[in-house]
This record gives sequence, structure tokens and C-alpha cells, in this order.
Amino acid sequence: MSQFYTSTDHFVLLPAIMLAIFGCAVLLLDFLFPEPKQRKVLALLVLAGLFFSGIGLWRQYSFLTSQGISEITAFRGTLTVDSFALFFNGIFIAVAALVAIVSYRYLELEGEHRGEYYGLILLAQTGMYFLATGTDLVTLFVGLETMALSFYILVGFLRGDKRSNEAAIKYLLLGAFSSGFLIYGFSLLYGISGSTKLRDIGAAIVSRDLWDPLVFMGLTATTVGLLFKISAVPFHMWAPDAYEGAPTTVTAYLAVGSKAASLAFLMRMFLGPFWNMKEIWEPMLIVIAVASMTLGNLAAITQNNVKRLLAYSSVSHAGYMLLGLIAGNETGIKGMMVYILVYTFMTLGAFLVVVGLRRMDVIGDDVDDLSGLMYKSPGYAVLMLIFMLSLAGIPPTAGFIGKYFIFLSLIQTGHYVLAVIATLYVAVAIYYYFRIVRSMFIADLVDKAPLASSVGLRVGLYITGALTLAIGVYPEPFLRMAQVSFGR
Amino acid sequence: MHPIGTVHYLVLSVALLLIGTFGVLTRRNIVVILMSIELILNAANINLIAFSRAVDNVNGQVFAIFVIAVAVAEAAVGLGILIALFRNKETVLADEVDLLKW
Repeated sequence: MSQFYTSTDHFVLLPAIMLAIFGCAVLLLDFLFPEPKQRKVLALLVLAGLFFSGIGLWRQYSFLTSQGISEITAFRGTLTVDSFALFFNGIFIAVAALVAIVSYRYLELEGEHRGEYYGLILLAQTGMYFLATGTDLVTLFVGLETMALSFYILVGFLRGDKRSNEAAIKYLLLGAFSSGFLIYGFSLLYGISGSTKLRDIGAAIVSRDLWDPLVFMGLTATTVGLLFKISAVPFHMWAPDAYEGAPTTVTAYLAVGSKAASLAFLMRMFLGPFWNMKEIWEPMLIVIAVASMTLGNLAAITQNNVKRLLAYSSVSHAGYMLLGLIAGNETGIKGMMVYILVYTFMTLGAFLVVVGLRRMDVIGDDVDDLSGLMYKSPGYAVLMLIFMLSLAGIPPTAGFIGKYFIFLSLIQTGHYVLAVIATLYVAVAIYYYFRIVRSMFIADLVDKAPLASSVGLRVGLYITGALTLAIGVYPEPFLRMAQVSFGR
Repeated sequence: MHPIGTVHYLVLSVALLLIGTFGVLTRRNIVVILMSIELILNAANINLIAFSRAVDNVNGQVFAIFVIAVAVAEAAVGLGILIALFRNKETVLADEVDLLKW
């Protein structure tokens, strides 16, 4: 190994190499399976890739704990493996595995069961790895774009479907626009510090005047780009359209994977180089968090499309997560990480139920398509009830734990008004989540045809449902994970 | 007479950024919107190169090459999706793409 690629570098890069190799392998091996039915094998290949990547992560984790060190840096500070990175990469792997196993039946129904789908899942995953691990502007930017480009294609995966085309083009235009702002902000940050490493940028920002116009513009442009990616108001316009038009399995992956990765990126920036400018960005983020909760919750009330409703709900969840950053104490950051973990599984679960409703001639994403679900397939209805309770934040489900720590941190740091506003919007949220519940349990059964379920989908639903309950009932181990991961 | 310095490049890049943003927000044709996005990315590239010269290290130039590569990939994917859209809808005008709305 040369000085440019040491064994430490290899050790840190290995999980991403595995993901990329298997991603390309899926693309290449696609031609071996001319029949759509056979392409389930590719889903197994995705699982294998994730498994090997997971082994790499596990070795990094055991290395960290056995040596008692807090981080491994590689490529001269370009990549950093710490418990923060491991926490997020663990979430990403779980999400990608769940999405891979639930997709095949859905894609067959859509008539688009092609190998590229699985390849793109792994390639998006590669980008996410760099978003959680990168501590250099170039790495973070390339990681973000690797993920985003894969998602643009995945959102438009149903080539013959006008809604999917439209969702993809809207997502691409706004996503590329926001990356433009992000990269402009990055160029200014580079100008301030003369380095692309987050650590040097942080040091350069400290040595400057807080209201230096260059610093301020760099911060603002970068923040705009980041907020676009996590779909916070007023940069959320793409989210409902992209979520509604995309194939539902992709919507699930987009809502959960892309959002968690972008939040990891956002936390790296704000807890790293931007931390000392808190007095500048705190008011900005307060406005954005309140606007996200307001618009997300109020717009969700009038939606009749479940995917669109969940999109607005995910906008409001982005607002709640930002509150943890605004509080900024240890409880707040821990709360934010727990919230991301919880959000991942409950949102994924809710979208998987919608995936299950897709049948030959029914899209299944309307609230009315859920009516009387209790009488048709009680298992799905009960699971959906759990996810809805959790999304609304009602104990004993996981959503309550997430909100609890966020509210606690707000009270600890004296943001009483914000805490009250956030609590009031929970009440609004209960209203629209329970429209779905009411439709499932009280409304008459209209469509008696059985659901087109699959083994993979059922497994995915059981896992997300079990985790959503488990985190709510026995949160200790999950809290410890988030605790360990908090190391600024 | 002052020689051309970093500030001049910054003014140029801000101008490009504003022109690009204006284009994205006002143009109807999706191809023109994609071109406007390229303008924004190139504004960042000018910044990176100018700063690279000013602080006298090569990181910014390397970053600019990455940005160019990403911009190309983005344009390729964007035009691919646009072609898929055009096959189904026979339009490249952003305001006629209106199936999804609240």
C-alpha cells in the first residue's frame, strides 16, 4: 500500500467499495435474467452487498471500541469513521435491505421489474455512505450527487407513466437547482479557509468576524441547499410531487434514506464548522422549523392521496428534527438522532402498507382505497394503526420517544414558545393521521378483492412494525446507540 | 488602473448566480432551466478557481473538476428524463407539466 492509499484508508473505504462493486455487479448481471420473474435473484444480490458492507462497518465498530478511540480518519482527514457515521450507516443499510426485499412484487405489478432498480439502490447507498462519513466538502458533495442522481432515475423509473416522468423532472430540476446553491456556498467556504476540510473551515470561521459578508453568504447558500434536501419549508415544493409520482417503493426509500442521509450531512455541517455561528443560524432555523411544522401539518389535512399526505407529514417531521438542532444541547442532538431512527422505521412502514395496496388495476394510494381495510386484511390495518400512532407521537409507540426528547431539550434550553407550538401541532397531526385510521376501521369495505401481498413485503412490514413498537416500549438500547453517537 | 483581482471574479460569479437563478425561476422551457442551472454551477466554478489562485493552493481547482463532472452527469440524467417525459406528453414546457398538484 502506498502513502496515497494506506491500509487505514482501505479499512475506512471498504463498506463503500462493497456497495459500489455489488451495485455495478447487479447492473452487469441483469442480462442473465431475461424474465422479469427471475430478477428476484438480484434483490438477493443487493442483500449480499449490504451484508458485506455491514461486515465492514462491524469491523470498524469493533476496532473503535477495542482501541477505545473515538474516530478513525482516512485519506488525510477526508473521511472520518466515528460513532455518528456508524449510527447513520447502520440505518441506511437497514433501510436499503428492507426496500430491496419489498420491491419485487410491486415492480412486477407495474410491469417495470428491471435490474437497474436494484443497482441504483446500491449506488444511492454508496452516496449515502459518503454523506455520513465524509468530512471534506468535495467528498460530501460527490456523495450527495451520487445519491441524488440515483434517486432522480429511480423516481422516474416508470418510464411509461406520466406521473412518474413528471415527478422525476420536478425533483431533478429543483434538486439540481439546490445543489447549485450548495456548491456556491461551498465555494465561498473554500474561499474563507483555503481548504476543503470541515475542520479547517471551522477554524477559519472562528478566526473571522461573525458578520463577515463572505462567511454569512457561505452559510446562507449552504443552508439553503441543505434545507432543500431535507424538504423543509420553504424549500419543500418538490417533496409532495416527487413522493406522489414516484413508484411507492422508491417513495419509501426517498422519504427515509435520502432524508436521513441529508440530515446526517446537515448535522455534520452544523455541529462542525457552523457550530460557532449558532447565533446567526439559530433564528433562521427557528423560522424554518416553525414554518415546516405549520405548512406540513396544515397542508396534510386536505390531502386525499396517502402518499401526498405522508409527504406533507414528512415536511413537518423535518421541522421537528430541526428543533433538536435549535435547542443544541446534548439532549437535543440525541433527540434528533433518536427521532431520525424512529422516523425511519415508522415512515418506511407506512409507505410499505401503501405498497401492499397496489394491485393490477388499483394504484392504492388514495385514502378511500384504505376504507374497510380492517375487514379485509386485519394484519395490515393493525400495522398501519401502529405506524399512524407513532407518526402522531402517541405512547407507547416509537414516535413518542422521538418527540419526547426534542420537547425535553427545548424546555431545558428555555425555548418555551417553540415547545408549545410544537406540541399544538401534534394535535393537528393526530387529526389527519386518524382520518386514515377512521377510513380503515369504520368506513365500509368497498373493494373486496384480496391484496396482492408477497413474502418480502410481509417480512418488511413485520420488521418495521416490530421496531416501531420496540423502540417505544423498550427504548433503552436505542437511546444508548444515539448517546454513543453523540460526540462533537 | 487596477489589475483584475479576486473581487472582480467574485462580482462576475455573483452576476452569473443571479442570472442563473432568474432563469430557473422565470423560464418555461425545461431545457433552458437546465442551462440556467449550469450557469449557477459555473458561477461556483469561477469562485473556486479564483479562490484557488488567491489562497495559492490547488484544492479549489480539483473541486472545480469534480463540479464539472457532476454537472455533466446531472445534464445527462436530466435530458434522459426529459426525453421520457416528452415521449409521453409531447411537451418541454414546465407549466404544461401539471398532473401533480395539491
